[in-house]
Amino acid sequence: MSVIPSDPVIVTVPDIRESAARERREKLSAFLRNWQGVLGLVLVMMFFISAIFAPWLAPYEPNTMDIPSRLSPPVLDHIAGTDQLGRDTFSRLLYGGRVALKIAAIGVSVSLAIGLLLGMIAGLGPRWLDNLLLLLFDAVRAFPTIILALATVALTGPSMEMVLAIVIITSIPQYARVTRTATMSLRNTEFIQAERSLGASTIRILWHHILPNVIGPLLILAAMDVPVVVSVEAGLSFLGLGVLPPTASWGTILNEGYLVIRNAPWMVVAAGIPLILTTLGFTFLGEALRDIFDPRMGKGR
Amino acid sequence: MIAYLTKRLGLSVAVVFLVVLILFSLLQLIPGDPATVALGPRATPEAIARYAEKMHLDAPVWQQFLIYAGNAATGDLGIDVFTERSVTTIILERIGFTLALIFVAMGWAMLLGIPLGCLAAVKPNTWVDRITGILSVGTIAVPSFLVSIWAILIFAVNLRWLPAIGAGEPGDTADQLTHLILPAFAVGLSWVGYLARMVRASMLEVMGETYIRSARAFGLTQRRIVFGYALRVAILPTITLIGMGFGGLISAAVFAEIIFARPGLGKLIFDSVMARNFPVVQGGVLVATTLYLGVVLFSDLLIAWIDPRVRDSL
Repeated sequence: MSVIPSDPVIVTVPDIRESAARERREKLSAFLRNWQGVLGLVLVMMFFISAIFAPWLAPYEPNTMDIPSRLSPPVLDHIAGTDQLGRDTFSRLLYGGRVALKIAAIGVSVSLAIGLLLGMIAGLGPRWLDNLLLLLFDAVRAFPTIILALATVALTGPSMEMVLAIVIITSIPQYARVTRTATMSLRNTEFIQAERSLGASTIRILWHHILPNVIGPLLILAAMDVPVVVSVEAGLSFLGLGVLPPTASWGTILNEGYLVIRNAPWMVVAAGIPLILTTLGFTFLGEALRDIFDPRMGKGR
Repeated sequence: MIAYLTKRLGLSVAVVFLVVLILFSLLQLIPGDPATVALGPRATPEAIARYAEKMHLDAPVWQQFLIYAGNAATGDLGIDVFTERSVTTIILERIGFTLALIFVAMGWAMLLGIPLGCLAAVKPNTWVDRITGILSVGTIAVPSFLVSIWAILIFAVNLRWLPAIGAGEPGDTADQLTHLILPAFAVGLSWVGYLARMVRASMLEVMGETYIRSARAFGLTQRRIVFGYALRVAILPTITLIGMGFGGLISAAVFAEIIFARPGLGKLIFDSVMARNFPVVQGGVLVATTLYLGVVLFSDLLIAWIDPRVRDSL
């Protein structure tokens, strides 16, 4: 007869799985009990759906002019009124969401990827490289976003690509800093030391051990970064430094509305609402996720 | 303390140097004759010749950079293309409007946000706490330029209570103050939320410490404990937040100045960008970033001075 205790093995494996599943269920129910998180999720879904399906949801073409019914107040045919050229503001806001989504998606994912890479290099690399990167991050952060945008626009002129570049450059340091701190605290732990003594390559350690540990906080940070990115786009476009008319973006619609604020005040009101709902949604969602998955992170802010 | 001060100061100087380098190389990146690029298409040939001589454009690039950095370090930021006045003088004329806006905005936000945070921390999980929480997330989520636009719509266009444009008649303090109300409201609003949350979070942590329990055992009043002891410690992370968030404050002030046509530093940079007046853009950006770095440095030093643990850690 074998003396290997087979029973405990059979018992423990499903036990671990079950406890992981239970933990997942607990986190889900904790999230569902958090009304701000649920509201945030709903608003975020609304943002994605309205932006992706804008061509099907919009009652009018965003750039079709209808001069006779220009500057119409909100009526049944135009629920958010029309602008100076008779274009339907509601349809334009839907299309504006596409610009916001595009900038947020590309801006956040690219800056997260670059920040992750630079943070790992700073955390694992030699001391001088770490110091140099930190100095660079500080230098980038020294430019208030709008000031950096103004300096860049002075040279390149306004465009959507310029807005993307600004958003990416200003977002990289925060992702890099979080990654760097996590990498540094992990690199001297026993399991990494053990892995290294077994001959694992740096790439393998980064991919299998550091990445899974740092990706959670980074994604929460990304959710909190979306409102910033979306407001930067809207703000720059409002000032004429970003997306240019006739492209519909929340910023350009605000700009056009601001010019007619005395005659058609509903336009700046309507253009602000999707912006607020989106920033609120991502903020609520990000904070709920942070409270559930990483309670320590909340203390610092 | 001296070692910390030297290290922190050295780091800031290095960052300023890097900022100057970035600003300088931005101008080098654009194709074309540097003098024409720097002065813009509207410059006269004489001005271009004078600029080329003054900037030593025949010298190698690294020498040009050293001359530019040296001039900037001694307070010479070049000359305005159109009026040929000193950029330093122009900036000094305007920066007062920006500083006034920032101080007033921060001032009212602190007067409201800090007590609100204390109140929420002292009565956790009551309706006061919940309303403060919703209020802070709400004010943080609304971008400041939208607050500016909506404030103009409500208070200047509809109610006609307050002026929307300009900084008021020079010399007329009351007029200047009424012109300051709306921009300061717009810039400060999100800070009420930031400060209330930050103070609430650190206050909750401090109120659980043993020395607060001792103070309570000694029979001190709640008011004395909160404002005399707990707030002193709880304010530390808030100072860091104000320092770190100063860049956002400058951004909000720039937006407000442009929207309210207030003749401050932000409006100056914006107008110069539109007119392609590069020396003023360069100088203005340099002053704005240096101002930010100065505030961060100041808040770091303030914390190190109050809290000895920070001093030793760096």
